Amino acid sequence: MKHPMDLMMGLLIVTGLLMVSAIVLALGIAPDAVNLATPTERFAQRIFYFHVPNWWVGFLAYLVAAVAGALYLISRQERWDAIGVSSIEVGLTFNTIGLVSGSIWAKPTWNTWWTWEPRLTTAAIGWLMYVGYLMLRSAIENPQRRARFAAVFSILAFLDVPIIFLAIRWWRTIHPVVIGSEGGQGVGGFALGPTIQLVFFFCLGAFTLLYVTLMLVRLRTEFLSQRVERLRQHLMFR
Amino acid sequence: MHPLRKILAIVAKDLAAELRTREMLGAMFVFALLVILIFNFAFELRAENQRTLAPGVLWVAITFSGMLGLSRSFIREKDRGSLEGLLLAPVDRGVIFLGKMLGNALFIAVIALIILPVFVILFNLSAAVMPQLATIAVLGTIGLSGVGTLFSAMAVHTRAREILLPVLLFPLIVPVILSAVKLSAAAIDNLPFAEAQQWFSLLVVFDIVFAVLSFLFFDYVVEE
Repeated sequence: MKHPMDLMMGLLIVTGLLMVSAIVLALGIAPDAVNLATPTERFAQRIFYFHVPNWWVGFLAYLVAAVAGALYLISRQERWDAIGVSSIEVGLTFNTIGLVSGSIWAKPTWNTWWTWEPRLTTAAIGWLMYVGYLMLRSAIENPQRRARFAAVFSILAFLDVPIIFLAIRWWRTIHPVVIGSEGGQGVGGFALGPTIQLVFFFCLGAFTLLYVTLMLVRLRTEFLSQRVERLRQHLMFR
Repeated sequence: MHPLRKILAIVAKDLAAELRTREMLGAMFVFALLVILIFNFAFELRAENQRTLAPGVLWVAITFSGMLGLSRSFIREKDRGSLEGLLLAPVDRGVIFLGKMLGNALFIAVIALIILPVFVILFNLSAAVMPQLATIAVLGTIGLSGVGTLFSAMAVHTRAREILLPVLLFPLIVPVILSAVKLSAAAIDNLPFAEAQQWFSLLVVFDIVFAVLSFLFFDYVVEE
């Protein structure tokens, strides 16, 4: 078991270093956004380097869980269930961080902690959905049934997110659309210069690696707990 | 036997069981009335124009009382030991799902149609909006009972049972509630249909997509 642990340790160190560099780049190297008026707004804008990668990871985590759910229903292998639950736990963590940090950014920029805007509302509903997922799991004892129900729920929930977003989008939106828009739209939007882009993609990569690392750590725990469960069943029915 | 007749046989079974005991429809109706009444008390003092609140109140009443019906749908089968019998019936699992879904939709729609006149009277609306509101109620009901029937079958196998169903179901049916409320508001305000058309499309699309998905996934939920 020595070799895989060394790999894990190495991955943890690399991820840590990249995350520290991401903080240094985002707070120290990246230039101020040009078209934001007040220093508070310019300072708050730097959340962009963490907030957007943060949501990217949340989305990725839920996508991975939905795919793992489908693979579980097809193959009935326990490992897909382990991947599903691990991914949703990691995703929910990022989802929570995204809601809280976004709220902190919204206060100086929009002058409110919360507003019923499409992205915010969808994020909040998504959070509730995946908390429901964890509650569903904890209310079922039979492991196969738990895995099946969890898989079905994670697929349905993921497919519902775009519909929820569309429904809520038909209300007015003030959230900045920075990527793929000219000069940034919405309240608190800004233009992307080349350095900003470089730093942003570095952060995106660092966060994605952080997701992979957290997934591997969480998965190991899940596999161990599945093994404990199997051993317990084995001893009980011997 | 034609599949449609099998589906209707399951609906008839649920209907017969309900008509003999009348335990569900009565409770759902009184509960829906209570919701409308409580909202009247809760908002009367502050809101200048009660009509702006009306669509929201109507849909909270329908979804909450619908939740009661949905959660009983499978718990009743399980408590009486008839769930195994139902699943052992020599029909496709999809037929069972459609039968239960149709039964649930029927119960919720009946409640919605009974409380509609009461709602129109209490909110002092014109009786001319009733046909439109009834159509919206039926469409919304289909949206609720598609994924609602699937989750009801899931919740019955969990420790928390009826507590878990709303927690799982409400976030997913946000598009149904949202579009039903918007459509009802448009009907009450007498807006032309074109202005609310996107909500109508959304509701219909959601109804179809999630009924089909739930139909497909039902097999996995009841497989043992």
